[in-house]
This record gives sequence, structure tokens and C-alpha cells, in this order.
Amino acid sequence: MREPLSFKVFRVVVITVLSVFVLVPMWVLITSSVKPLGDVQGKFEWWPSHMTLQPFKDIWSTVPLAKYFLNSLIVCSISMVLSVIVAVFAGYAVSRWTFRGRQVFTTTILSTQMFPGILFLLPLFLIFVNIDKALGFTLLYQTRFGLVITYLTFSLPFAIWMLAGYFDGIPRELDEAARVDGASTIGTLLRVVLPAARPGVIAVAVYSFMTSWGEILFASQMTGPNTQTLSIGLQSYSTQINVYWNQVMAASLVVSLPIVLVFLLLQRFLVAGLTAGAVK
Amino acid sequence: MLAGTAACSGSSGSSGSGGSGGTGKGSGVTLTYWASNQASSIDGDKKVLGPELKKFEQQTGIKVNLQVIGWPDLLNKILAATSSGKGPDVLNIGNTWAPSLQATGAFLPFDSSALTAIGGKSKFVPASFATGGVAGKDPTSVPLYSLVYGLYYNKKMFADAGLKPPTTWEELQTDAKKLTDPSKGTYGMAMEGGSYTESVHFAFIFGQQQGADPFDSSGKPDFTSPGMVAGVKQYVDLMSDKVVNPSSVQYKNGPEAPGDFAKGKAAMLMSQNNADNTLVADGMKTSAYGVVAIPAPTGKKDIASFVAGINMSIFKNTKNKDAALKFVKFMTSEAEQKILDVPFAALPVVAGMTPNFTTNADEAKAFQGILATRAVPLPLVANESQFETNVGNAVNQLIAQAATGTPPTDSDIKAALQQAQDKMTPAG
Amino acid sequence: MSSGPHVKRAGGRSTRRLTPYLLIAPAIVLELLIHIVPMLVGVWMSFVGLTQSYIANWSTAPWEGLSSYRLALDFSSPIGNSFLHSFEVTCLYTVLVVGISWTFGMSAALVLHRNFTGRGFFRTLFLVPYAMPIYAGIMTWSFMLQRDNGLVNHVLKSLGVTNGESFWLIGSNAFWSMVVVAIWRSWPFAFLMLLAGLQNIPDDVYDAAAVDGAGVWKQIRYITLPALRPVNLVMILMLFLWTFNDFNTPFVLFGAQPPKSADIISVHIYGASFVNWDFGFGSAMSVILLVFLLVVTGLYLLIFNRRSTRA
Repeated sequence: MREPLSFKVFRVVVITVLSVFVLVPMWVLITSSVKPLGDVQGKFEWWPSHMTLQPFKDIWSTVPLAKYFLNSLIVCSISMVLSVIVAVFAGYAVSRWTFRGRQVFTTTILSTQMFPGILFLLPLFLIFVNIDKALGFTLLYQTRFGLVITYLTFSLPFAIWMLAGYFDGIPRELDEAARVDGASTIGTLLRVVLPAARPGVIAVAVYSFMTSWGEILFASQMTGPNTQTLSIGLQSYSTQINVYWNQVMAASLVVSLPIVLVFLLLQRFLVAGLTAGAVK
Repeated sequence: MLAGTAACSGSSGSSGSGGSGGTGKGSGVTLTYWASNQASSIDGDKKVLGPELKKFEQQTGIKVNLQVIGWPDLLNKILAATSSGKGPDVLNIGNTWAPSLQATGAFLPFDSSALTAIGGKSKFVPASFATGGVAGKDPTSVPLYSLVYGLYYNKKMFADAGLKPPTTWEELQTDAKKLTDPSKGTYGMAMEGGSYTESVHFAFIFGQQQGADPFDSSGKPDFTSPGMVAGVKQYVDLMSDKVVNPSSVQYKNGPEAPGDFAKGKAAMLMSQNNADNTLVADGMKTSAYGVVAIPAPTGKKDIASFVAGINMSIFKNTKNKDAALKFVKFMTSEAEQKILDVPFAALPVVAGMTPNFTTNADEAKAFQGILATRAVPLPLVANESQFETNVGNAVNQLIAQAATGTPPTDSDIKAALQQAQDKMTPAG
Repeated sequence: MSSGPHVKRAGGRSTRRLTPYLLIAPAIVLELLIHIVPMLVGVWMSFVGLTQSYIANWSTAPWEGLSSYRLALDFSSPIGNSFLHSFEVTCLYTVLVVGISWTFGMSAALVLHRNFTGRGFFRTLFLVPYAMPIYAGIMTWSFMLQRDNGLVNHVLKSLGVTNGESFWLIGSNAFWSMVVVAIWRSWPFAFLMLLAGLQNIPDDVYDAAAVDGAGVWKQIRYITLPALRPVNLVMILMLFLWTFNDFNTPFVLFGAQPPKSADIISVHIYGASFVNWDFGFGSAMSVILLVFLLVVTGLYLLIFNRRSTRA
């Protein structure tokens, strides 16, 4: 296809500007993580004059990073699995049936997505605390279980909404063929529809995991010393005697790498899943 | 420390009083103790307290589960614990918060029998003991470490400039100007310009020098009196006069300003005596600095500090009250004070003891003198902690304004304080 | 979306009618637990004086009726005024972040939709800021924005733009820092959505246009942009809601008490609630925020969305 010069210029400009914008922080992140503390506290250098891997060793002892990692992993995985399971059923129902109350249900799901997190934070705090008081032991407040519940507040509606959209894109003939063969509703869903919706399910799972992994607001009040997640834990590098910028950067890199890799490897699914859910 | 990692069940480990603590009487008792961050790092606190807690366990059979909490989180964590009823058995509080936390009703009042159990009221230094709560009520905290503000100065930098430590605020200002040389990266004064607690402490101290009280006799906030405005200005002007490194507006965690002082980037530092820790950790020898009282402007009141420090409280719903009282008694005993005051650079809270936190006899004498003659009590009102956050943050914003090039005027300061005061009204 | 599967099976109509309800039952229970009940509690809290004097004993907090609302909405008082100010800052922040993120995302999507060498690389690269955990990206920026050893001042100084001594995290500059950081984080999302939207436009539409002699720019103007309308509708709404409710950017850059210029609504409410320990007032402001968002979203959908989408 022929492209006019103006478009070629446009392309070069867009690619250059945005690449610089994206790359510079990533460059800083990577190079600062291999600088000794003295160098990151001194004048800025584009290229590290002394390289060391010490920050990557130190991050584990300056703050209990491994513990935070584990906490994040547990909380995010469980809330991801829970919201995907619940959303698969609900999304399927919304996509395949017209039933009384469907409109109310979908409207509620959609509108809860817009609710500010801060609106839920205060009541959940109060509710958790009082349930724990009534029970006489700690079930919810500052526990991983409690955090899973709060993370459902944002991952569940998103998951239902996206999966319903994705199911819409799967031809009904598939369901009907399965039914004719004598499959039950659940059987149809699990054996026929779900495999066809795999990209959508993967996309939902990744998004839900990602948003929980980066969540700060709830984590800042709903975690205790032993349940703190990475998003809060990472900030403790700066409250020590020194601001260990090189360790902050090293730790940021370590916690980013797995999720970024997963995201980029699965990007094909994510793009497909996102549009099907969000656009159709 | 590894216990937390190992116990990766669904519940938090910080449930001393909430539920899991009910292990019956006798040797099985475990107390949860929240210690504030007194050493130069959280790890440092653990190293100091660890052996002492072991000693306590040997003496009494009571185990203590220690958690050290950094200053930026401490008040918030305590209030969260107060509201959830799920806190430690014993905890440290900044003594300025004592009346506010007393008002929540979450702490055990030290009535006469509780006081007897910890060794009696008379064992404490009276000025320190008075910080335990509002007058006329059983206190809900007792002093643990006593601290006062002093003016640290770098002996060599002063000698090189041919200066003597200042005795009036005006002298301090001229000295600071002489000692400032931005081209070399040295400044007259170090400042923790982003810390709301530091800011409010100086607003209070300098306000007192000017004869102003932030609360009137009925306990109503009165932040906008001319004296308060002048006091705040006195502090903020250090930044306006450019004798402080403008970058220090972003210092808020505590150790940055002492760090600048220790590294010779600032010639003076106004700090509580536990700055010693950080200075030593940053490589400064105790012989390299001197301490005098923070001077007042000529003709104003000679006030240099308030009675600062760390108090100890017991959570009301602890299931181990007796053990908790024993622990408080242990920590405030003369023997423990002697041990803990050294690494934490604190003044003793037990009456009649000699300070031993420093080997620098002049420094010890200076701080003891400040505590004895130039330290005023705090405003003991229930919304003191709100006063700290609101006025402290207002002063921080003023310092930021000064650092970015527009020195706040009296009316700017008055407006900022008025806003802080108006924020106080909704909470009773 | 018509009726359910037309399958004749034993088991009858009643089971079939019950099926969707059984399927959504877990979702309904969870919705009630995590959204409906907390929301009702939140509304109740906004009528009660839950200050720090009552935090240990919630039930004894006094009923205060509408006084928290009156306090928040009395714009002549300092408290109401700072709430209003926070609202204004948030609006400006949202307009800038959403507008620029959309522009960046759109440009990149248009460019990367067409084939050229290195296309796959740039597409992957542009997604990285979105894939990174939010705080990791923001912390990197906060390091770059440090006054004495940050990259931003270093670059500005070497370019001769400033003397390299500007503050980026306090004063009025803090606002612009926050905007840039938020755009860095948000635009890849716009890009991702728009790129996916472009892939859904069938190629033969373009081919037909090319035969008719329409150039690239004309195709973009008359085919691409109109075809992207539904994607834009959803994406802009989502970006708007995320940005308006943004808590992470200011909290990681500045902490719980941001500079006045960067005091956007979520941190403002957070501060009132947890720094001053006034949950009643914090809840009242949250409810006002929710009502505002409902109204704006409703109007937006009414105006732009004439066809009925799901829900």
C-alpha cells in the first residue's frame, strides 16, 4: 500500500517520541538497580560508572521482600481464581439467557465498576473489624483472606463484564449442538463453550491478577506486618535510615519482571480478550 | 523473626490481645509488644531489645513477641488497632499523643493498683510522668524514654569560621548565614522539612518562646495568635533565609537531616537527643559535635524544648494484664533504663538516675539542663494528635513555599494556621 | 441477544427458567457482600460522627444527620473549600490525562496498525508501562523527579532549560509531575484498546476505499475513526473513571498528604479519613463523589450511546 510522505514523517515522529517516553524510565530503572548506593545518591549518570549486583542481594534482607512476594502471590492468585470461576458462570448466564432481573444485574455489575475504591475502603474496614470482634478471632481484618475479599470488589465486576462479552462472540450453535448430544447446561459450558472462550478466560485471569498485584489503596489499610503485600512493602525501602534508591529500583525490577513477561507473552490473547469483552 | 514467614496461614500474626493470646495463665503467656523505632534502623531496635526480652522471659517465664514499627506508620497503626480492638498487649506511643489516645478509651488506665504493680508513681521523673495523659484522670501511659530538643553544632565548622555556639536566636541566624556556602553544598542548618512531627514541634517550641499557647485555657484551638504566627515564621524563615538546603523540604523520614549534619553538609541541627544514634551510624564521632540549648530571640522566653519522649501503654482488652504490667515494670526499672538509654540515646525516666546515653559529659549535662530548666509540658488536650497533623502539614507547606522561592509572609502564615484550625472543629 | 437456547429436553420449563439464576447466584451473593452491604454501611457512616474519639466504640458515635454533607458542600468554609479545590484539581487532572493518553494511544495505534519493520518490537515495548505493577513505575518516576540526583533536573540543566534546581514533587510543579506519570502509565491502555479495535475493521473496507483513490489520511478520517467510535466510547469512559478515582499516583509520589496542587479527590478523602481519623466526614465525601460519577457517566452514556449496549 502506498503511503504519502506525510504519513511516513508522522510515523517516525510518533515512534520516536513515544519510545523515548517509555524507554527513559525503564533505562533509569535498570541502570540504577546496578549502581552502588553512593552513585545513586550522587549526581545522575546515564551510564553506571560502577556496576554491582549487590542491590539484588541486599533487597532480600533490607526488608522481608520474600514474605511480601509470597503474600502478594497468595492473595492475587486466590482472588484471580475466585473471580474467574464466579464470573464464568455469571457471564454465561448473562450471555445466553434472557431472564427477569437480568437488566438489573448487569447494570449493577457495570456501575459497581465505576465506584471509587475509597467508597468501599471505610465501610469494609468497619465491617471487617466488627466481624472479627464478634467472632472473637481474626478472620478478616489485616488477613490475606480479608484482602482477597476486598480485591474481589474490583476484579469480579470486570471479569463478569468481560466474559459475558466474550461469550457473546461464541456462536450459539455450539451450545445447541452440545445440547442435542445430550449435554447438561454445566457440561455444555465446561466442555464446549469454555474451551472456545479460552483466550477470553486467560485475558480475564491476567487482568485480574495484574490489578491486584499493583493494588495500593486497600493494601495500605488492610494489611498488617505479616500480611503486607509488595505494593506497600516496597515503600519501606525509603523509610529506613537511608533511601536505598538502588534497592528500590532493583526490587521494582524483580517484582515487575514476572508479570511483564507473562503479559507480553500472552499479549495476543489479551488484545483479543479485551476487545471482545469491552467492545462488542 | 522468621516465625512470621513460617506461619503463612490466613491470619495475621499481630493478634496478641484479639484472640489467640488466650493461652491461660503461667508460663505459657506470650505478650505482643509494639516498639517504636528508636535506633537508627528497625533492625537495630530488634538487636537492642532482643536480649532484654530474653532476660525478661528468663525472669518471669513470659515470652514477648516484638514488632518494631517505623514512625511514619506508628500513629496510624495504633489508631487502626484502637478501632479494631486488635492490637498488641503493650505498645510504645509518642508521648505527645497520650491525651488523644487516652480519649479513645482503648488503653488501660494506670489506676493506683496498676501503678503499684509497676513500682509506684514516685519512681518516675515527675515532668515525664505528667505526659501520661490529661490532668485529673488516671494516666493511660507511663514514660519509657525521655527526650528533649537541643542544638547540635559541628565544632570544627564553628571553629574554622571563628564562631561560638549561639546564645540568642539572632546570633544563630547570623552564624547560620556565615556557615552557608551553597557552592560547596554546605548550609548553616539541617532541617527535616517534610516531617510534620518536626514541623509541629518547632511551631510549638518557638510559639512558646513568643509566649503563645496553641490551645486556650478551655482547650479550644488558638493557632492564629500573633505569637504562634511569629513562632512559625521563626522556623520557616530558616528556609526563607536560605541557610537550609532547599532539598531538605523533601526530608520526612527522620534520619536525613541528622545525616546531612553528620556528613558536614550542615553546621547545626535542632534535634531530640536520640539523633546521637544516627550521627554515630553516619560516621560522626561524639567528640566532633557539641550541644547547647536552642536559643530564643532576645527578650523572649528562654524555652528550648518540650518534654518529649516515648511512653508505654497497655491495651485495655489484653488478656494478659498481669503479665503486661510486669513487662512495663521491667522496662521502666532502673536496671533496664541504664541498659536501654545507651543505645537509644534517651534520658532516664526514673527519678534520681544520671543520664548515661552519651560518653560526652558536656552533652549529657546540656541535655539534662534543658530538661530541668528549659522544657515546658505539652498541651495536654484530647485533640493533640490532630493539632500535630494539621499544623504540622500546614508548616510543611509553608516551608515548601519558602524553598520554591516565595518566602511566606505573616499573613500567609496566619491564613495557613487558620485553615489548620478550621480543620480541627469537626472532631470533638 | 434473544431468548435462551431453544433446546427441547426433559426437565421442563421450570428448570430451564431457574438455570440462569443458579448460575449467577454466587455472583449475586458476592456482589451483596462486597458491594451492596459496604455501600449501605458507607452511607450510614456518612450520617454519623465517626471521629477518633469513637473509633474504639463505633456504636456510641452520635447521629449527625446531614452535617458532614453540609460541611463538605459549604464552599465558603476552609474545609468545603479545600474539598472543592480538590475536585477542581481532579477534573483538570482527568481531562489532561485522558486527553493526552487518548492522543498518544491513537497515534501509536494508527502507526502500528500498518506493516513496517520493527512493528512487533514497538508494539511490545509500548505495552510495558501498562504491564508493570503500578507502584514500580511510579517509584521509578519519583526517583527521576528527585531534585538533587534525578534525571529530570539533569536533563533540563544540560539542555539549558533550567538551572537544574527545580522541585518536581512539591509546590505547583507536583501537579505536572503527577500528570506526566499518569499519562505514562495510562496511554498504553488506550493504545491496546484502539489497536484491537483497528484489527476488527475488515480489510476489504480499506481496499474498497483504496480503489476509490482515497489516501491514507482520508481513510483514517472517513473509515478508521468512525469505525472506532464504539471502542472510544468504552475506553474513554474507563480511562475517565480510573483517572478520576486515581489514588496510586499521588500516594506513591507524595504519600498520604500530597502538596495542595496535587491533592486529587481520592487522596483527599483518604487523608480526611485516616490522617485525621474522621470516617463520617470521609464517607460523606465518598458518597458525594459517587453521586457525581453516576451523574457524569449517565449523561455521557445518554449523549453518546444512542444504541443500547449491554446493560
